[in-house]
Amino acid sequence: MAVQISLQINGRTVEAEVQPNLLLVDFLRQEQRLTGTHVGCDTAQCGACTIHLDGRAVKSCAILTVQADGARITTIEGLASGAELHPMQRAFHRHHGLQCGFCTPGMVMAGVSIAENHGTPDPAVIRAELEGNLCRCTGYHNIVKAIAAGAREMAGRS
Amino acid sequence: MYRFEYHRAKDIGDAVARRQAAEDGLYLAGGMTMVPTLRQRLASPSDLIDLAGIAALKGLEEADGSLRIGAMETHADVAASALVRDRIPALSGLAGGIGDPQVRNRGTLGGSVANADPAADYPAAVLGLGATIHTDRRTIAADDFFCGLFETALEDDELITAISFPVPKRAAYRKFKNPVSRYAIVGVFVADFGDYVRLAVTGAAASIFRLPEMEAALAGEFTAAAIKQITVEAAEMNRDLHAGTGYRAHLVGVMARRAVEAANG
Repeated sequence: MAVQISLQINGRTVEAEVQPNLLLVDFLRQEQRLTGTHVGCDTAQCGACTIHLDGRAVKSCAILTVQADGARITTIEGLASGAELHPMQRAFHRHHGLQCGFCTPGMVMAGVSIAENHGTPDPAVIRAELEGNLCRCTGYHNIVKAIAAGAREMAGRS
Repeated sequence: MYRFEYHRAKDIGDAVARRQAAEDGLYLAGGMTMVPTLRQRLASPSDLIDLAGIAALKGLEEADGSLRIGAMETHADVAASALVRDRIPALSGLAGGIGDPQVRNRGTLGGSVANADPAADYPAAVLGLGATIHTDRRTIAADDFFCGLFETALEDDELITAISFPVPKRAAYRKFKNPVSRYAIVGVFVADFGDYVRLAVTGAAASIFRLPEMEAALAGEFTAAAIKQITVEAAEMNRDLHAGTGYRAHLVGVMARRAVEAANG
């Protein structure tokens, strides 16, 4: 039986009727057309589907949409303010923290969460905190540089 | 994923009543094992009863020399708790090493222990510290709780509400982890309570187990050297693509000695 839910997505209130077996990532991509959140491995290991749920980084491919009833969600689309990129997005651009770009939305969302939890962490902390995000192109060097730079910029702003 | 009905339980009584009313229901905690299991069609419950809204399953407090942690506390919250870090740093470190940050933000103590995965981390702390499992109807000692591969003493509709971990003099957990899943290929939790020592091994066999021979040796002398000669039977170990039986048996000794050294550190 479909379940009525109400949640905040990128600052917007969304009311919907969903089946209990609908994954949150499918709800975001297919029903909300927020296709920035990617599905990489489909087994909750790669982190390409990372979003923020009530301020915490989570894997939206391992969460049922009904579990997000009442939650506040931020996806990659919710980071920028209009045409102005979020500092973490800008840092990924500047430091070229990507090659093919498929893992990038999850990396950026994880990076924002790392900065929120650790301030301006050193590379070892960043690497440990990226355990849930896989990139198969870059070797991570520029991703780690980008997150360090983005975290510094976020700290300078607040 | 097969279809199922979804219920958000209001309180413990409501959860158990809905579970009993369901034809083939399951409780849903953080879902970090449940949702991937459903996706792979390894389970087909008629109903899922979500425990996320039950305030009584949260909380973290010290009472009578134990830390009582609510079943729905996430790994991230247990790892971040100043109280846990102060009283049982080994438990704090274990919680902070489960899976990855995203998993720790959702996964729960109760979910992990009820699932009783043979390679999970939390069962090592439950058995290694001799914890008490509180349910909606009784308390169960850790020694009576884990019964085999994904098997526990819980009745079908029984719900873990909290777990009490006795505070040891010193303790440590060391695991040799699978680099992809971060599950323990072998993990050892050792706890020294002064007049006795407990040591639990996860990941190595079909279910978590204690090593009484090592416990007795460590009660005499709490050093890595005291257990250097003690080995486990390779024939009783798990074998999979990550590690064979002989390698796992060897790792039990290595991880046990590292855990003792860390507890002494």
